[in-house]
Amino acid sequence: MPETPSSAQLLSDQLLAEGYLADERTALVSWLALGMGKPVLVEGPAGVGKTELAKALAKALDRRLIRLQCYEGLDEAKALYEWNYRKQLLRIQAEEGDAGWERVQEDIFGSEFLLERPLLAAITSEEPVVLLVDEIDKTDQEFEAMLLELLSDFQISVPELGTMQARSMPIVLLTSNNSRELTEALKRRCLYLWIDYPEAEHELSIVRLKAPDLPEKVAMRLVELIGEVRALDLKKPPSIAESIDWARALLLLGANDIDAEAFNETMSVIIKHRSDLETVAERVGMKLGSGDATVGS
Amino acid sequence: MRQSAADRPDSRRFDANLLEFVRELRAEGVGAGTAELLDATAALERIEWAQRESVHGALSTTLAKSPEDQRILDLVFDRFFFRAAEAAALDIEAENGPEQGEQPSEGEAGGDNRGDGESAESGIDLDELKLKVAEAVRDGEQGRIQDLARLAVAAFGRTTGSTGVIGVDVQRIRRGLGLRSEPQPELPASDPRAAGLPRENVRHFEQALRRELEREMIERTKSLPPAKPLGDLQRGLPTGPAQDMADIQRVITQLRRRLATSGQLLKGRRRSHAIDVRRTVRASLQTGGVPVVLHQKPRRPKRPELFVLCDVSTSVTSSSVFFLSVLHALHDSFRKMRSFVFIERISEVSGVFEQERDFKKAARAIATDAGVADVSGYTDYGRVWSEFLATIEDELHPRATVIVLGDARTNGRPPRDDLFEQIAARAGRTFWLNPEPKLYWNYGDSVIETYAKHCTPFECWTAAQLGDFVEALTRPGQWHSSTPRG
Repeated sequence: MPETPSSAQLLSDQLLAEGYLADERTALVSWLALGMGKPVLVEGPAGVGKTELAKALAKALDRRLIRLQCYEGLDEAKALYEWNYRKQLLRIQAEEGDAGWERVQEDIFGSEFLLERPLLAAITSEEPVVLLVDEIDKTDQEFEAMLLELLSDFQISVPELGTMQARSMPIVLLTSNNSRELTEALKRRCLYLWIDYPEAEHELSIVRLKAPDLPEKVAMRLVELIGEVRALDLKKPPSIAESIDWARALLLLGANDIDAEAFNETMSVIIKHRSDLETVAERVGMKLGSGDATVGS
Repeated sequence: MRQSAADRPDSRRFDANLLEFVRELRAEGVGAGTAELLDATAALERIEWAQRESVHGALSTTLAKSPEDQRILDLVFDRFFFRAAEAAALDIEAENGPEQGEQPSEGEAGGDNRGDGESAESGIDLDELKLKVAEAVRDGEQGRIQDLARLAVAAFGRTTGSTGVIGVDVQRIRRGLGLRSEPQPELPASDPRAAGLPRENVRHFEQALRRELEREMIERTKSLPPAKPLGDLQRGLPTGPAQDMADIQRVITQLRRRLATSGQLLKGRRRSHAIDVRRTVRASLQTGGVPVVLHQKPRRPKRPELFVLCDVSTSVTSSSVFFLSVLHALHDSFRKMRSFVFIERISEVSGVFEQERDFKKAARAIATDAGVADVSGYTDYGRVWSEFLATIEDELHPRATVIVLGDARTNGRPPRDDLFEQIAARAGRTFWLNPEPKLYWNYGDSVIETYAKHCTPFECWTAAQLGDFVEALTRPGQWHSSTPRG
């Protein structure tokens, strides 16, 4: 396992090697989380690379990624642990007759009969892991409260077995799309990282990284246009994921420049809403049609 | 790299400074507790203090845990640390004299180092400055752009004074410097502006200017600017009416949260309403086919179908448009929503809010396009009910909700509550929102009492009351045909 990087810059380089271009703040916070052993709450608009960050971190640090996708109604049995009833039943039947109740009872509540779910798996893993709790805002407040023990002390209490301490220190990332406000208690235990749409320069580097064959001129134009589209008041502004998709689409089409025609043809890659399509076609598409002369410079 | 705080020079003084900083943050409404303070200290122990960005990042990630808080922290950080640094720089300069001579570029015009803006009192040469800014903008060097922005603010502030409106000042300074993204062939070829400047960099420069001006204003007025950047949610809301924006924002966030989890708020038996056969049978396998554990379907949050009818005569326009904006901002919580406005007759405006999320534009569109005022401009409830009934009669069913917003002032015309009764009878629930305080109800030509027999009236003239209403709207199990299903 590689050493823990000794500075935020080094971590940033390692992330880059895994194809994730972290901005300064992201690298710094990840590195601090690593050093301080605190979970990170990552928020930001959809598609700016929150989940991707966890994946890249896992790869860069050569750790296993354990992912818990949250949804409404997620409960302990699916997130923490569950007793393996069938196995317990079998055990009881196998023992029938000759074993005392006391012994069987002790037996069937051993860790052998425990089905590990993501959170418990992250805690009990011998090797340190990266734990990704994705879209925490989709769950109920009860579930959030349940997470608190894990987040502050890295331990989980199983009534029959007692408290299970983490064997290794996992990196915990929680992502949220801000669809509801998270509780103060949860926020208090985390470092906070807000990832926003990247600066043009940064986004250009990302596009160049993900679609290296795209001519530089087109990539620059693309980033500029994406910036313009984001400035409009859209229902769903294009994210980095969409920029990359668009770059790949243009690459496939072999476009040498983004003119009005190419833009109109591929616009649906970045705009995912009918009314948005109209707005963008009106504001950006029109301008492209008339302002071609300045594009080349 | 990792030093303990004690190894640092002045670490105690810095701790005191940090405390002071957190105190200022709290004064601005950021809820940073002791736990956060400890985290911040721990984080600061791990980074290099010499880099401003690292210190800023470490403080930001540990102390401010929402985008709004982070923005406040940015401003407070600038105000707090940057000014301290500036004062220190001035002190040092006073002792040693200016020593920017080793700068490769001609350092005479004020240099490009922070702190110089104030010290180079009279020496700011505008033409020189223009060139330097243009070069920096062309090359897109963040650091220099920032430094030059302060210089430019200082230079222009001195010559022309400021208007006090930041947006105006930014544009004035930009024009004064002759920064444009289009080529300017009339300038000599050596001038970096001749070929036009990268638009992105010009924008950066404008941002830098804006920050500088904001900072200056903070220093002048000794308080943070009240306005926060508008988030997605706020965009649908009014910028005009008397209600406090921050209040409304709070209500909306709470509403979202309640709506997203309202099914979970129910406890015990009310939480579930029907046996989930599939899961029960599945679970019974573990107990030898005997359904020991019953699994029940959780009650999902209701997503009601809404028909909203709003009075837009002059007395209640702003509340109506505001109310519609809020509902449309929450539109994904409703299965279906049609909204109408009326004065003398009704007109559907659902489409307006789908396209326009800017409050002012929506209000204007309603005022100009709806064509609801016929002759007198006075509300005619009788006509409104009959038109409404004719339009949506087929769509009304016991699971639909009708909301009327109006002051129930008939201007002496017949209230026609018989028609209203028909509407209420067909719909599952009918609410009446009255934007007048309860004190005025049934005074003068207000006939709310007549209508109240057929619907649930709500007093709704503050953000908090609106919050209560929307909560009632989405609360499960309040239908007057309340036979539980299953």
